[in-house]
Amino acid sequence: MGIYLPIAEISVNVFVLLAMGAAVGFLSGMFGVGGGFLITPLLIFYNIPPAIAVATGANQVIASSFSGALSHMKRGTLDFKLGGVLLAGGIVGSTGGIFVFALLRRLGQLDLFISLLYVVLLGTVGGLMLVESVNALRATRSGAAPVLKKSGQHNWIHRLPLKMRFRASKLFVSVIPVLGLGAGIGFLSSIMGVGGGFIMVPALIYLLKVPTNVVIGTSLFQIIFTSAYTTLVHATTNQTVDVMLAFLLMAGGVAGAQYGAKAGQKLRGEQLRALLAMLVLAVAIRLAIDLFVTPPNLYSLSAAGLN
Amino acid sequence: MAGLKAFAAAAFLSLAAAALPAVAQTPPAESIQIGLSTDAVSITAGFSGADLTIFGSLENADPLVARQGRYDVIVVLEGPPRPVVVRRKDRVLGVWINLESETFENVPVSYSVATTRPLQDVTDPNSYKQLSLGASNLYMKPADVTDSPATIEEFTAALRDRKTATGLYSENVGGVQFLSQNLFRATVRLAPNVPVGTHKARAFLFKSGMFIKESSAQLEIRKSGFEQSVFRVAHDYSFLYGVFAVSLAMLTGWLGRLIFRKD
Repeated sequence: MGIYLPIAEISVNVFVLLAMGAAVGFLSGMFGVGGGFLITPLLIFYNIPPAIAVATGANQVIASSFSGALSHMKRGTLDFKLGGVLLAGGIVGSTGGIFVFALLRRLGQLDLFISLLYVVLLGTVGGLMLVESVNALRATRSGAAPVLKKSGQHNWIHRLPLKMRFRASKLFVSVIPVLGLGAGIGFLSSIMGVGGGFIMVPALIYLLKVPTNVVIGTSLFQIIFTSAYTTLVHATTNQTVDVMLAFLLMAGGVAGAQYGAKAGQKLRGEQLRALLAMLVLAVAIRLAIDLFVTPPNLYSLSAAGLN
Repeated sequence: MAGLKAFAAAAFLSLAAAALPAVAQTPPAESIQIGLSTDAVSITAGFSGADLTIFGSLENADPLVARQGRYDVIVVLEGPPRPVVVRRKDRVLGVWINLESETFENVPVSYSVATTRPLQDVTDPNSYKQLSLGASNLYMKPADVTDSPATIEEFTAALRDRKTATGLYSENVGGVQFLSQNLFRATVRLAPNVPVGTHKARAFLFKSGMFIKESSAQLEIRKSGFEQSVFRVAHDYSFLYGVFAVSLAMLTGWLGRLIFRKD
């Protein structure tokens, strides 16, 4: 069944989009990530203009992170104060990101920049995760106890000034890295259309030493607002949010997420991480190939004057 | 040929004298009229291109010339002019990057031509150039005139090529048919991605390769339906639209949890 997307201005198949949403929802439920990093590239592969894929991806992320955050709120695994500080940084980063986005679009380099960011970030995160999870898998197979970092261990981040107490996370840490992390994620959110969970979660665990049980809830909480803000600003400055497209993806996504979460409980942590790493790497490689292969057409047209 | 020239001169004379009382000896000059059945066309969301039919008539046509098929008509449907940037990708360190670009002012978004015969058979290239008629003769004004002519030419060609590839510039040879000596019907292609706005339909009359007269009419192309309303709201009330998109996402997330909840 074909449907015409009002903003993207192309006809697409409803079932393809629902299935895309459901598949990404399933994976995001399974791995506990928002899925924006999968949705946006998939949309680009499906010929949605990158600018619209990014803005709509951000819109779609709100739905999955909102529904996830609700369940974490109920379980009490959400640190509102930490989320709030991350959010303050996020708004600043996101505003900067939107500005860069509009500038790149005017220069005609937006598509390239989005692809490059994806290749670099997904490639790095996917590669690191794969190495880590394969090592963990090997360690468990050989019977050795997994090596955990001591919780009392401190790094340079904990020596920074302007300390603040986050009770729910049992944390006493400087606000500078928290704000910085929030800003970085906000920037990526507005340029890449991702929530940033796949960077936020490891950063909170390894850099700030936030207890793992509150990490996902808090990350989701801040992602709701960052991506909501990103969506709003994209809608007002670039008019690139396609509600029709976003809704189809969300509808598939929220359903898929629940089944994914159930399936995820059957797999072991390191197996899950290895699978996710391979998935992330596959997306990165696919995008990288597009950068290097000679395009079928060297010339492209775009409206001038419009940004 | 001499006769032809004489006739053209006579036609010119009568044109010049049109404001004065009719000069009896010379036959009145031919002219062309086109009519559109509507001045606005609404296309819906599922629009996948269409043919637009334009009717027209010749006035004061010479029956002899008409019988010999020496009248030619070219009908053009020209979309609204917009500035366009053409970019060229080049390889930098193995990666394809948009490097050079050229901005053109007032490029018709679409340009559909219908003719009685192949363009090269109607008249000579020079006349097309003078009339700025046909996609390959359209003058595209570069925003930066200091660029080298070779560059401008390259990007102009690329612009035409892209427009033709997307169906926005099209040519329908044989798309104009004479129904009688005076009446003709032109069929121009509307591409699936035909731009909205005021389009200009123009008809050019040629007699034995000579340009005689032009006539034009305006046509408004609008998109209608739900999708178009969404588009308009997104542009006119973009903030409210954004708020709506965010609320919709939250509502969907909340409902999804209610419906599919597993904890």
